[in-house]
Amino acid sequence: MPAVLRAELEAIAGAPLVLIERPQPDSIPAAGVPEFGAIPRGSLTEICGPTSSGRTSMAIALMSEITAREESCALIDTDDAFDPTTAAHAGVRLDRLLWIRCGGDAERALKSADLIIQAGGFGLVVFDLGDTPLRQARRISLTSWFRLRRAVENTASAIVVIAQEPMAKTCASLVMEMRRGEPDFSGRLLRGMHICTHRLKPRGEMRYVRLHSRLG
Amino acid sequence: MYACIHASANPALLIECAQAFSPLVEQAAADIAVLDASGLGLIYGAPHEIAAAIAARARLLGFDPHIAIASNPDAAICAARGFPGVSIVPHGDEAKFLESLPLYLLAPGEEMLETFERWGIRTFRDLAVLPPIGIAGRLGPEGLRLQTLARGELERPLVPLEDPLQFREEMELDYPVDLLEPLSFVLARMLGDVCARLSQRGLATNEVRLCLSLEDRSTHDRTLRLPVPMCDARTFLKLMQLDLSQHSPAAPIVKVQLEAEPVKPRLAQGGLYVATVPEPERMELTLARVSALVGEENVGSPELLDTHRPDAFRMRKFGAGGAGASACPCPGPTLSLRYCRPPLEARVQLENGRPCFLLAGNIRGPIVSASGPWRTSGDWWTADPWDRDEWDVALRDGALYRIYCAHATGRWYVEGSFD
Repeated sequence: MPAVLRAELEAIAGAPLVLIERPQPDSIPAAGVPEFGAIPRGSLTEICGPTSSGRTSMAIALMSEITAREESCALIDTDDAFDPTTAAHAGVRLDRLLWIRCGGDAERALKSADLIIQAGGFGLVVFDLGDTPLRQARRISLTSWFRLRRAVENTASAIVVIAQEPMAKTCASLVMEMRRGEPDFSGRLLRGMHICTHRLKPRGEMRYVRLHSRLG
Repeated sequence: MYACIHASANPALLIECAQAFSPLVEQAAADIAVLDASGLGLIYGAPHEIAAAIAARARLLGFDPHIAIASNPDAAICAARGFPGVSIVPHGDEAKFLESLPLYLLAPGEEMLETFERWGIRTFRDLAVLPPIGIAGRLGPEGLRLQTLARGELERPLVPLEDPLQFREEMELDYPVDLLEPLSFVLARMLGDVCARLSQRGLATNEVRLCLSLEDRSTHDRTLRLPVPMCDARTFLKLMQLDLSQHSPAAPIVKVQLEAEPVKPRLAQGGLYVATVPEPERMELTLARVSALVGEENVGSPELLDTHRPDAFRMRKFGAGGAGASACPCPGPTLSLRYCRPPLEARVQLENGRPCFLLAGNIRGPIVSASGPWRTSGDWWTADPWDRDEWDVALRDGALYRIYCAHATGRWYVEGSFD
């Protein structure tokens, strides 16, 4: 958008404009969080970042969108960290969610992910390596990532990998980096948290999101 | 040619006697069994010899029957009911043979019997000689049917008894089997037979029961419950292999019994605009494989429990249906919690009763903000109560954690991180 037009619109609106891309028809937008953007189907997406950077919140927003569309969703939870209460609160239909708890074993998690993706029929497969030690997560070979990506190519499924740093390298079509922001404490209450999303691949602009707690 | 056996004996014995001579047996009433005697002449000879063989068999079973043989089932029934001992109704002369029988043997309705009484019609012959048009005009189709019966001319097919549908296979093994591979060959054959029989009848199954008799005289029972009816022997075999590899019998197997519960097959029409869902047959197999990998209790859909206890849920079988839409979805982006299972034991420094430093495994740092304490407790009336003070804390590096102090032990734990 030209800078002049933007300045005029901001003057009329009285607030800075936030540009939100319209999701493609073959993509999955994050429910209720347009700032997160959308992830493409038939490809592998990585959401990377440290603890408390909003990776899980983004994945749950995607799961909420998928299950609201009457599609099924699978979560391969390497470290058994998923909280169904938060997910239900965010709108995820738990009866449409297949949760596989791998007890901290990344190898089993990878095998489970492979089986689930090869079986097909899931709109979204989330492979959570968010708390897996980096040394263990890095052992997953590029061939394995390539195999996962190939399995969903030309299908209506999308794979989302949650990790501390990019793992799938060239196999990922979209890489989102999540960064911590300021927590929002109000009095004795944790009302939410500010985070920042940055699209690394393909390059995109930074966006700021406020995640609110159940009390916020 | 049909033979009718009439006796006031146990109906099961009557049927057993009839089934000794023909697979096509109709139970017309509790005391009457009719069998298709076509072809019995080649074995026993003339009709009276067939009747004698049936009578001999009945006496062996402990009852004395009245037997009639006729060209149609109803003439045989009437003759067996009306005449004692053995009766052979000649073909073409049924009306003449049956003419002396009383009319009540035809079991007309009470009102019709009263009408016949009023008209002075008391035997088969009285009814048989009446003009059919007059009968139809005055008594309707039921009257005509009774007249055809009285003439012994009613032709109808036999309605044979059907065995209750049982899809069961069993096999005693020549020598005890203690490996899954040789057992798979036996199971493959049995499942193939059961599925073929189900397919022939247009049925499927949603439950397959396997009973293995073991060498130590105990049994090992396994049941495969499927979310949708299926009839694919290969899928069942793979599911059973996976199940038995996780729950292997304690001793070598000497006998295998397999039973499938018949149900109507699933009929589903795919649609262009219907959301993609996993194929049930394939999904069942995939879930079994994943269960073998990570454990059965770690695969499924979570279901929240109606309690205030933190992290309370149970696992349900995926695809079995459940709560449906979440009760009150939050409209905006929600902060999610990631659990540490089991909770991470921590060392927490307090300042004025508030946590100021956290040390738990790799988590280490001064606490810059804290929200709490939030006291929760419950289930004090059970053996597993909880009572704790929760804090939501932010470390200097920006990480947010939920920590709690268990009152029973006074120890601190990290429950999870906000992400």
